[in-house]
Amino acid sequence: MIQRDARQFIPNSEQALQDTTLQTALARAKSGFLGKRRKAIALVDDFEFLKQQAQAAKQRALDNIPALLDQFEHNLNAAGGQLHRAATPDDLNRIVLDICQRRQAKIITKGKSMVSEETHLNTALEQAGLDVVETDLGEYIIQLAKEPPSHIIAPAVHKTRQAVAELFRHHHALGERDLNEISNLVEEARQMLRQRFLAADVGITGANLLVASTGSIAIVTNEGNGDLTATLPPVHIVTASLEKLVENLEDAGAILEVLGRSATGQAMSAYTTFFTGPKRPSELDGPEEMHVIVLDNGRSDILQSEFAAMLRCIRCGACLNHCPVYSNVGGHAYGSVYPGPMGSVLTPLLEGLNQGHVLPNASTFCGRCAEVCPMGIPLPDLLRKLREQEHRQQLDSTGWRMVLRFYSWLATRPRWFHLAMRAITFTQRLLRDASGTRLRVPFSNGWNRQRELPAAPDATPFLQQWQKQQERKP
Amino acid sequence: MTTEPAQPPLVALFVTCLVNSQRPAVGFATVKLLEQAGFRVEVPPDQTCCGQPPYNNGLTDEARRIAKLQIQVLEPYDWIVVPSGSCAGMISVHYPHLFENDAHWQERARRVASKTRELAAFLAQQGVRFAPGPDTPTATAHHTSCSCRRETRSHTQADGLLQDCLQDQLKPFAEPEVCCGFGGTFSAKFDALSARMGSQKLDSIEAAGARTVVSADLGCLLHLQGLALRQQRDLQFRHLAEVLADAEPQRENKRP
Ligand code: SF4
Repeated sequence: MIQRDARQFIPNSEQALQDTTLQTALARAKSGFLGKRRKAIALVDDFEFLKQQAQAAKQRALDNIPALLDQFEHNLNAAGGQLHRAATPDDLNRIVLDICQRRQAKIITKGKSMVSEETHLNTALEQAGLDVVETDLGEYIIQLAKEPPSHIIAPAVHKTRQAVAELFRHHHALGERDLNEISNLVEEARQMLRQRFLAADVGITGANLLVASTGSIAIVTNEGNGDLTATLPPVHIVTASLEKLVENLEDAGAILEVLGRSATGQAMSAYTTFFTGPKRPSELDGPEEMHVIVLDNGRSDILQSEFAAMLRCIRCGACLNHCPVYSNVGGHAYGSVYPGPMGSVLTPLLEGLNQGHVLPNASTFCGRCAEVCPMGIPLPDLLRKLREQEHRQQLDSTGWRMVLRFYSWLATRPRWFHLAMRAITFTQRLLRDASGTRLRVPFSNGWNRQRELPAAPDATPFLQQWQKQQERKP
Repeated sequence: MTTEPAQPPLVALFVTCLVNSQRPAVGFATVKLLEQAGFRVEVPPDQTCCGQPPYNNGLTDEARRIAKLQIQVLEPYDWIVVPSGSCAGMISVHYPHLFENDAHWQERARRVASKTRELAAFLAQQGVRFAPGPDTPTATAHHTSCSCRRETRSHTQADGLLQDCLQDQLKPFAEPEVCCGFGGTFSAKFDALSARMGSQKLDSIEAAGARTVVSADLGCLLHLQGLALRQQRDLQFRHLAEVLADAEPQRENKRP
């Protein structure tokens, strides 16, 4: 079993590499995401310009968060909505529960919200006896499977079509039917969910943007389930994190320009809806109450730290899709809510270095994440900074620490360093096998478990050979 | 070590710890290429390692100390040429960052950084060209390291040089922009993952019909070679410097 523990990344990833069903699902997802994004970006004249606009919009907001939150609250109140500030995940869950209990709610429908994953909201609601139904198709699938999401925009991306059909057969008492086509699966989920939409007492959604100047929230989806969740039940609760704030609609637009293209390769997602307060007296539909809960969970501190750039993240998922580590092991191996490069930065920041310190090491620093990130987040640099903190807090392995310290000691003393190099080449000569191409070592380690150690062809290092040659020269 | 005006510029070869111990031939090939291009070459004897192993593992203080030594050793030269994208990237991109709180050393780091080039970038900058030679390999794939692609950004220059010398024997393969899984200590700490990524790289190289893999980074090459040996794949691995040194230099390679 893959463990939901970020410290278990190595055993988790090794298991994921052996899981052939997972590998099939990952390979299919990757080629889909990459191709679509490439095409969408090729269609715009100057994507770099759009990126700069989006980054500037977000930076303006991050530079002014407390004031923008006040402004957002003011305008939300004016529209009839209510703002709640949640310092911790527990605070957020409690606020949601209070609202549900006051409304004597029984059935809750939910649109996709990574923030609610971060606070484990579903568990809290279910423990309180509420019936929670995820309405995003991917979220619905993993809810049935009792699994966490494995991707921030495609939560069930690790599931093959066959696995989903099996799940549906098991959970929906609908008799014999054809579930071989994706369209059959979607239709069946729609049938099941429609009844719940109408019966729900409270709808909970996430938000992609909080617009300070209007008090609006924006939800971006491709299924329209977010809109139904927000408008059908009598109460709409929005769970969002602090950095979703933007100054105004123009800045919101700048971010939407890069979000859809980076995420799903769409110029604009199928549904991009702005909600400003609950139903007004003159209106026919919409909720009676609208609550926006803004989660901090350490973000105000991150904003003041050397990791502030991470809060520019708009959760597009491009860094996951382009990461050679993520695309080989999938999201569950990370054992955390947020996987991939952005998750490897966020997890230690949100859950503490003790819990998350392995993840920043799970990168070759290939730099592809930073290359595709529309928000210009220097992910490898942030990962390296986390490794620095890991080392400073002595959370790195003692063995590696000793080896690297000794190596560094040598590397500042040329005489000793070059003696050590000679010792290395000399030892290799003793260990070469008959063919002379590989080394035979009597122990197994990270280098030779899955590969051979290629042998150095020469008995002395380059520098010694070079110096000898120079001395021989007239 | 000051250069007189009449003399050709003086290049320091920063040979890298891997080339120094594992493939001295790459060092000699680099010297040959630089001399062919009309430069005087010295190999500063007190150079050690660029400091990536500690730097990438969070031992920043240690990396800083190592960087100071290399800066002192390298600053007297007109150019510093490195037969590795990752070590060249360390010096030219990361050294100045290491001294963000130390104006004096940052200035020295910047000056060294501005004179440091990955080998292919340096040769291309000098306008050298190559034609196939008698020992030029056939059916060859060029694996660009991520540091050459995204740090020194010299992959197109290496592609250009190899295109001249390999011609139709340079075999394009799928997803060249994806990492091979080496990543320094990553390859040992996450060996299963690293091996999977490397095997995928070798699969696409073989699928393109290539039999030789050339790269400007010895780390990638040794990792891939180690995998190929274990998996009994019939592939040869050569450093860019070796392939170019075996090629036929064109006349314009000589400085006037
Ligand atoms: S870090 Fe960048 S690429 Fe990754 S999800 Fe966030 S915005 Fe998208």
